Amino acid sequence: MLQYFLKRVLYAIPIALGVSLVCFALVHVAPGDPLASVLPPDASLEMQQLMRTIYGFDRPLPVQFALWLWRAFVGDLGVSIATGRPVAGEVWHAFGNTFMLAALAAAFGFLVGGLLGLLAGYYRGGWIDRTASTLSIAGISVPHYWLGMVMAIVFSVQLNWLPATGAGPGGSAAWSWDWEHVRFLILPALTMSAIPLGIVARSMRALVGDILSQEFVEALRAKGLSERGIFAHILKNAAPTALAVMGLQLGYLLGGSILIETVFAWPGTGFLLGNAILQRDLPLLQGTILVLAMFFVILNLLVDVAQTWLDPRIKRA
Amino acid sequence: MTPLVRIEDLRVRFRTAERTVHAVNGVDLSLMPGEVVGLLGESGSGKSVTLKALLRLLPEARTTMSGRMAVAGQDVMALGGSALRAYRGSVVSMIFQEPMLAFDPVFTIGEQIAEAVRRHENADRTAARARALEMLDRVRIPSAKRRLDAYPHEMSGGMRQRAMIALALACRPKLLLADEPTTALDATVQIQILLLLRELQKEFGMGVIFVTHDIGVAVEVSDRLAVMYAGRIVERGSARDLIRAAAHPYPRGLLASTVHGAMRGRRLDAIPGAPPDLAKVPDGCAFAPRCRFADAECVSRRPDIVRIDAGHEAECRRLDAVAASAEG
Repeated sequence: MLQYFLKRVLYAIPIALGVSLVCFALVHVAPGDPLASVLPPDASLEMQQLMRTIYGFDRPLPVQFALWLWRAFVGDLGVSIATGRPVAGEVWHAFGNTFMLAALAAAFGFLVGGLLGLLAGYYRGGWIDRTASTLSIAGISVPHYWLGMVMAIVFSVQLNWLPATGAGPGGSAAWSWDWEHVRFLILPALTMSAIPLGIVARSMRALVGDILSQEFVEALRAKGLSERGIFAHILKNAAPTALAVMGLQLGYLLGGSILIETVFAWPGTGFLLGNAILQRDLPLLQGTILVLAMFFVILNLLVDVAQTWLDPRIKRA
Repeated sequence: MTPLVRIEDLRVRFRTAERTVHAVNGVDLSLMPGEVVGLLGESGSGKSVTLKALLRLLPEARTTMSGRMAVAGQDVMALGGSALRAYRGSVVSMIFQEPMLAFDPVFTIGEQIAEAVRRHENADRTAARARALEMLDRVRIPSAKRRLDAYPHEMSGGMRQRAMIALALACRPKLLLADEPTTALDATVQIQILLLLRELQKEFGMGVIFVTHDIGVAVEVSDRLAVMYAGRIVERGSARDLIRAAAHPYPRGLLASTVHGAMRGRRLDAIPGAPPDLAKVPDGCAFAPRCRFADAECVSRRPDIVRIDAGHEAECRRLDAVAASAEG
């Protein structure tokens, strides 16, 4: 198992390198001179040359990439053009916020979606199945920015139960785990959970139906197991595939949602990305995408390892 | 001595939206403790359905069952809930045709045997695992200790079927139901499994109902044979009776169409036609449309059961004509 784990980690390294290459290339692929946004339009040629040397743009591309990679590796993602603050700090802060949101949305979506899917698959054709299918299709197909606005209108404007925007009272940036702060999480997290809930419910339903139609379920009944005992078998059979679906969904959630975070003014990575794009803040864009992509790579690695651990049929060689 | 199994007038119907299938149409069968009965018939004759009915494994929502079934003094039709679960696997257990499909792929063989032991004997994990190991030894799986932690896909077909037998016998059932247990195996492995089953049956003193479509296999393992056609038993008797002196035209046809007794260079006699559609039960003999001895009454009226010898019976009106044609 340890050997397999190490092997998978080794496989992840070229993927991570490829991803960073794409991130690095962003600056050079994007139209226009990357210096154009820093320098005034009437800057002298010497000035331009000087800046080019300072930023290292005069060196060959592979050297630039190696330097950039090394700095990113030690945690230096450059400086935001718009705010002048280090990108790493900005991204880290935003990522913390998105992580909270994603974790809550995932916990809710996976739990409710998984349970709905399990029941729907088990009682296929019954009222639970029909209700669950309607809910999950609605969750997948309703545009979530619209859902977010409706939620805000109902729960903030009409009922005045929960705040509509921000991440803390009075727009404060400091987070703490008390009701005053947590209530800001609820609406965006619920909105965000709609899609993973629907997708997890639908895949779970299909999975359970597939497992139930296999002959071993009849054999389990024949040896006298109770329905609860059979349920345990269904769960373990469904776990590897369910895990893969959930891992992928968690990856999307961690990427943050530009739309949802904008609707609720939640200061996460999606919000940050949105701003970086609008302000053409290339270092910030580069840094955010790099961090998110790395998380995706790590998450996939973890899902792969967990899947192998759960399903004996996947070779550990 | 009271019979271990007594089935009287068992009828099973499956309903789907489009049609109803009359799978079993009045089966009577009894079995003494320690006796092996071979249930012989082609696909769709209702033999597997009869077995599953004995374990009440047929999907309740789509199945209508009637008649009486008693196993070891328990009224099987009346069992429900926890009594049914206690009965399954401990009084009666089953070996399936395809062990690859009948084992849960993500649990080890040992876990799956121990699970049954824990379920029925309130054993703790250690004791249940010890029993699982003992059972794997009993079915002569080499290096049983290592196989305990093997997953089904890591074993060969023959080993998997041995493990299936170990699972079925782990709780010392009084009755073993074997649903074509050797059909999916290579011929050489088939014989090993049959010998093993016969040996364990004697050792454990269980009754066995052995379902197969292979006459050779049925004769090898059974004390008595019952031949099913279209959901009814058309002839029953000792293995010897049926091989030497089958009376009903259907079993005679089956025997004539096997390679065992045939001569090289002679054409095998196949039974003409195909098994009937079971959407409705025929009024008369279900075999009549394929039978060269049938007359008008065969088609319109169900034949009585004719006793030929002690324990040898056939359900046919034209036994005399059939016998005469064999002599002529």
